[in-house]
Amino acid sequence: MRALLLRDLRLAFRAGGGFGLSLAFFLMVAVIVPLGVGPAPATLALIAAGVLWVGALLASLLSLDRLFALDFEDGSLDLLATSPLPLSGVVAMKALAHWATTGLPLVLAAPVLGILLNLPSAGYGWLVVSQALGTPALSIIGAFGASLTVGLKRGGLLLGLLVLPLYIPTLIFGAEVVKAGAMGGDVLVPLAALAGITAGAWAGLPMAAAAALRANLR
Amino acid sequence: MSIWDYANPKRFMQASSWALPYAAVAAGLCLLVGLVWGYFFTPDADKFGSTVKIIYLHVPAAMMAISAWMMMLVASLIWLIRRHHVSALSAKAAAPVGLTFTLIGLVTGAIWGQPMWGTWWAWDPRLTSFLILTLFYFGYIALWQAIEDPDTAADLTSVLCIVGSVFAFLSRYAVLFWNQGLHQGASLSMDKQENVSDVYWFPLLVCIAGFVLLFLTLVLLRTRSEIRARRMAALLARERLA
Repeated sequence: MRALLLRDLRLAFRAGGGFGLSLAFFLMVAVIVPLGVGPAPATLALIAAGVLWVGALLASLLSLDRLFALDFEDGSLDLLATSPLPLSGVVAMKALAHWATTGLPLVLAAPVLGILLNLPSAGYGWLVVSQALGTPALSIIGAFGASLTVGLKRGGLLLGLLVLPLYIPTLIFGAEVVKAGAMGGDVLVPLAALAGITAGAWAGLPMAAAAALRANLR
Repeated sequence: MSIWDYANPKRFMQASSWALPYAAVAAGLCLLVGLVWGYFFTPDADKFGSTVKIIYLHVPAAMMAISAWMMMLVASLIWLIRRHHVSALSAKAAAPVGLTFTLIGLVTGAIWGQPMWGTWWAWDPRLTSFLILTLFYFGYIALWQAIEDPDTAADLTSVLCIVGSVFAFLSRYAVLFWNQGLHQGASLSMDKQENVSDVYWFPLLVCIAGFVLLFLTLVLLRTRSEIRARRMAALLARERLA
């Protein structure tokens, strides 16, 4: 399983692997939102938490359709499915690689983008914490969505339609953590809920995704 | 004779062709009686005027929107566990009906909201949850459309329905928290208002019964169509092989 993880990481970092794209997209979101809503610092301070989280969602969504599709097309997914590795383990490793190449850079970049969006200073720490806790959930939920659409030619659009509603609880609680942290409200409830979603998703979704992959590989 | 006998498509077609006229007539009657009674034979409410009568459409539609998703969940589980095609096809058939009920709920809610509370839309927990439910329905229907092989499509949409149910449930509480913090009541509580008096309650019951029967009729009808479509696809495939 470690070999699978390392292989996916190496593939992602190579040219054409899409590593920098999610990060660039995240930056793009942080730039175009102020251009759209106007530069008034008060407005931006109010929406910064939400915009950063929505950006994380969209950036995560971007790199999802290459998660299984490339391996599906060249037959590696069949090999992985018939190997001694449990398919849910394969899904988990791929989602982990996705997080390492998409979620983790977002967590590190988020404070920098928070400056662009005039995030209140108390919010920065909670921004990093919430994104560190929440982006793994985004990766595994996305992996589940990708497993449903793996055989499709135009899977990308359908993937967005399937995955974004599933992202909603993570988004709500993640943004709440940052807002509450910035304004001094109760952080523990949304933080616990966010952690619960991540833990529950990683516990249950690899199996669901494996079932979907097996249906698609038939 | 157990309910599993209806997993046999032929038995299902026989039973449903018998039941369908009764269900359709009963649905029509209940809806007619309920709506006419509700709209024309109840007095205008003191505070709310006649706009409150939209609840005769709004409340049953909203109830059926959730019930339809639950029926799809049960049907999906039955497909995954017992592989009964009729079950998978009934879930596929119920989805657009459920979606329509959800949309009716949202639109009638907006129509009620404008004169009543001065706004077409509010990000109230209940409304937001219904909007999210609409998105789940769209995703489910889109996935059925996108996959060619019907059995693969049945498998994938069943898994989506199950995972979607968990997340829809989660979203309900997330949205409650997002708008008002947990454990607080919704500001647009409709329960208190419609239980105002029996004058309004009985026609509402009849309308709810009408909507349930309407759902039953439509799903039976659509499931029969799906079964026929599968049979035709099988015939065409056989033709091509021969």
